[in-house]
Parts: sequence; structure tokens; C-alpha cells
Amino acid sequence: MKLDTSGLESVAPFLGVSSELVGGLSGAPYFELPNTANFDRFQKDAIQMVKPAKGTTTLAFIFKEGVMVAADSRASMGGYISSQSVKKIIEINPYMLGTMAGGAADCQFWHRNLGIKCRLHELANKRRISVTGASKLLANILYSYRGMGLSVGTMIAGWDETGPGLYYVDSEGGRLKGNRFSVGSGSPYAYGVLDSGYHYDMSVEEAAELARRAIYHATFRDGASGGVASVYHVGPEGWKKLSGDDVGELYYMYNPITPSTVEQEMTDVAGP
Amino acid sequence: MARYDRAITVFSPDGHLFQVEYALEAVRKGNAAVGVRGIDTIVLGVEKKSTAKLQDSRSVRKIVNLDQHIALACAGLKADARVLINRARIECQSHRLTVEDPVTVEYITRYIAGLQQKYTQSGGVRPFGLSTLIIGFDPYTGAPALYQTDPSGTFSAWKANATGRNSNSIREFLEKNYKETAGQETVKLAIRALLEVVESGGKNIEIAVMTREHGLKQLEEAEIDAIVAEIEAEKAAAEAAKKAPPKET
Repeated sequence: MKLDTSGLESVAPFLGVSSELVGGLSGAPYFELPNTANFDRFQKDAIQMVKPAKGTTTLAFIFKEGVMVAADSRASMGGYISSQSVKKIIEINPYMLGTMAGGAADCQFWHRNLGIKCRLHELANKRRISVTGASKLLANILYSYRGMGLSVGTMIAGWDETGPGLYYVDSEGGRLKGNRFSVGSGSPYAYGVLDSGYHYDMSVEEAAELARRAIYHATFRDGASGGVASVYHVGPEGWKKLSGDDVGELYYMYNPITPSTVEQEMTDVAGP
Repeated sequence: MARYDRAITVFSPDGHLFQVEYALEAVRKGNAAVGVRGIDTIVLGVEKKSTAKLQDSRSVRKIVNLDQHIALACAGLKADARVLINRARIECQSHRLTVEDPVTVEYITRYIAGLQQKYTQSGGVRPFGLSTLIIGFDPYTGAPALYQTDPSGTFSAWKANATGRNSNSIREFLEKNYKETAGQETVKLAIRALLEVVESGGKNIEIAVMTREHGLKQLEEAEIDAIVAEIEAEKAAAEAAKKAPPKET
């Protein structure tokens, strides 16, 4: 008697008939087993591999005039500073920004991918995508790669028809709407400055200075953050880069050296 | 497993897709359906063949909701309609889930039309035998919209349109008598158009009215009868007026 194993077969797609035609759901459910030696630990191992790389400080907050986005520019591999000039604020499109924390390649690639999706949405629907929609697209993609070792901790900031929008999206598949976020190893320090100095009714200059100070303080205390503090503003017309200051120079700006009074003038030694 | 790699819908030597044209024939045999777009109201009307005595008429609703703000009426194969409507309903919810926003009328029309087109260019399947009239309000701008799709997968927006049996006569009537209307006037225009080809009476017409605030409302038989009576009275008055003028010299 031949065993009936038809239940174990996955639905082979007919040539030319995509599985979309079959109600959008494929046949018998099945899952592929990962090709690793250790089923129980491989997910954790993957995450551990990229964990150190979230050495960064990024922040974003919504205020009266829009969204302020700021980040440092240091990339570190353990104790080695691999770069002081990484662009951690990614320009998705002229009215939306994303910040980078975690795996640099992951962030860059998926933000560019998000940019493509946003543009396609615009072309198909003759209207810009909302910040809500864009962040949801990214969150859904990251969720589908959950457990496979992507390391992304990003904030999507933009201005759409409903006003300023800010979402935090990460590679665990989490997505949060909020007014103030900071992501990275330097975020506790940045939160300290940001939360104590925040008012909704700030002007653009005040908000930029607050953002700059918060990044500066984080780079001062956190070894994995440093380089250049970039500050961007997202307004109704789109984003605009406001400043990019080396944090070393910012230190002397905030802590100027007062020349001590000299008690005795040194006179020229009259040469023989 | 049998593989269907032969398409049923293939070009004829003179460039026709006969299966699609035959599907359009099936549509032409289906019950009449009319859609009229007003300023703040959109109306769908469908010819209802008299229900058999033992049949529960509520299970034969011909105008259906795709979402809170979108409704659809169709002419043609009703079983195909059921499949298409289910897929469209899923897509409406899927869109809400992925972008946290309701679909626009244009989006869901494009989806349905895309689906109809897919079945004209795949192996082992035949086209859907129905044309749809899709109405709704844009969730962002609040603008009313009426779209039509057909078995070939084309779609376009209309101010008023008809499909199904005798749709040409209805469309001619609408072309002659259409004007921008609001509220009850739009309903009357749709019913007048449908009455051109359907026996008068509330039991032969199904009407649904969509407004921005209240969504889709199916009219009761009694309400339809009342409006039909109004229309007949207006017609009679117009006839009488035509004969009256000589008196006023």
C-alpha cells in the first residue's frame, strides 16, 4: 500500500499562476529549518555578533517648529575607532530622515530600500506617503527578518499632511510613536540633557542648540560616540542640515580657556 | 501535479482577446447597475429580479461594502463577484494594517482591475465575468468618487455610469440628464435612470446611498416606492405642463 504523502507537499505554483491567484495564501504550512549546528543558540549568537556596534548617539524630538534630528559620527569596533566621519543621519527623501544605530550596513541598506518604497508609493498613489506609513513599511520588513541577526535601531522623522512625525523602529520589530527619542550607547547621557532642557515652544535655534549640546555631552562621556555632531531640522518644506560641529571644538566652546593673569611679564633677553 | 501552462485567453489574428470579449457579453446579460456621483452623495442602483417566494431576499444583497467608506455593485457572474469582493475586502484591511490608513477609492479600484487583468494573462484560468461600479469618499480630501472596472482590467472614473443589461440606454439617459446634484436629487437621478429599463416599483430596484457622514445606507422598499411615486408625479406634471401652455396666451 502506497503511503499518501500529498499532505507533506507544498503547493507547487502552476506555471504562470502565481500563488496570489490561489487566494493569496499558499497551501500546507511548512517552515524551513536553519542550517546551523546549534538550533537553540544561533539566534542569540547572531545578535551577540553585532551587539557592540550600537556604539553611537542619535536623538530626535518634535517641537513647535517641526522635528530636530541629531547624531554623532563615530564608528567603533570594540576599542578601535574605525571612523570619525560616518553619516548617521540618512536622507530617505526630501522630507524624511532616518537615523542610524546598530549595524551600519543594515541601516544604510534598509533606509535606501525604504526610500525606494516611498517613491513607488508616491508614483502609484499620486500623494506622498505619511511618516506613519513609511515607518510601518520599515517595521514590517524588519519584523520579517526578526531573529536573523539584523541590528537596526532607527528613528524615522518627517513632516507630512498631519504635521511633524517621529517613530522609533528597531530590528526586533518594535515600532513606537513618540515626541522624544535617543538611541545608542550614548543615549542615557543625551536623554539627561535633552529631557531637562526640552520645551515644546522652542525656536529652531534653541532646539538646534539643545540637540547639539545633548550629542556633545554624550560624546564627552561615552567612548563609543564622538566625531562630529550633526544637527538637522525637518520643517514643512522638508529637511535642512543646520550644523556639523566637531565635538572637540564644541568642548572648548562650552568650556573656554580663560587666560590666567601673568604675574611677571617676560622681557626680551637683550642679546649679547 | 498537473501544470496549467496553456493560457486560455490568447490573441486572435486580428488582435482581439475573445475570452475577454465573451466575458463582456456575460456582463451584458447581467442585471442592470447604475452609479451616480453627486456633490455630497453617491448612489448605486441595481436591478433586482423578483425574488422567489421561498428565497430569503436578505441573502441576495447586490450592493456590498468593501470597507466603511467604499461600496461596490456589479453586473455579470455573481459567483465571480463573490471571489473578487472577498479579495478586495482583504486588501482593504491589509492596506490599513501596513500603512495605518484606509484605502482610497482609486487604490482599491486599481487593485480590483489589476486582479481582473491578471486573470486575462495567466495559464489555465478564465477572466472574471463581471464589471464593477465602485463608489466611495476619499478619506483624506473627502471628495466623492465613482469608478468602473471591466473584465479586461481597465478602469476609469465617472460622474455617472451604468453597466449590465441595457446599459447603453441608461448611459444615454444619464448623458442627457446629468447635472451636479446633491442629497436626495442624486438619489432621484439614479432611480430615474434605472427606471428607463426596469419595471417600475420598489421590489425591482435595490438602491444604496453613500454619504460622507453616514457611510452606506441601503434604502428600504417603502422608501424606494415613495421616491418612485415622487418621480412619477413629477413626470405627470411635466406632461401636463406641456399640454397646458396654449391656455396662457
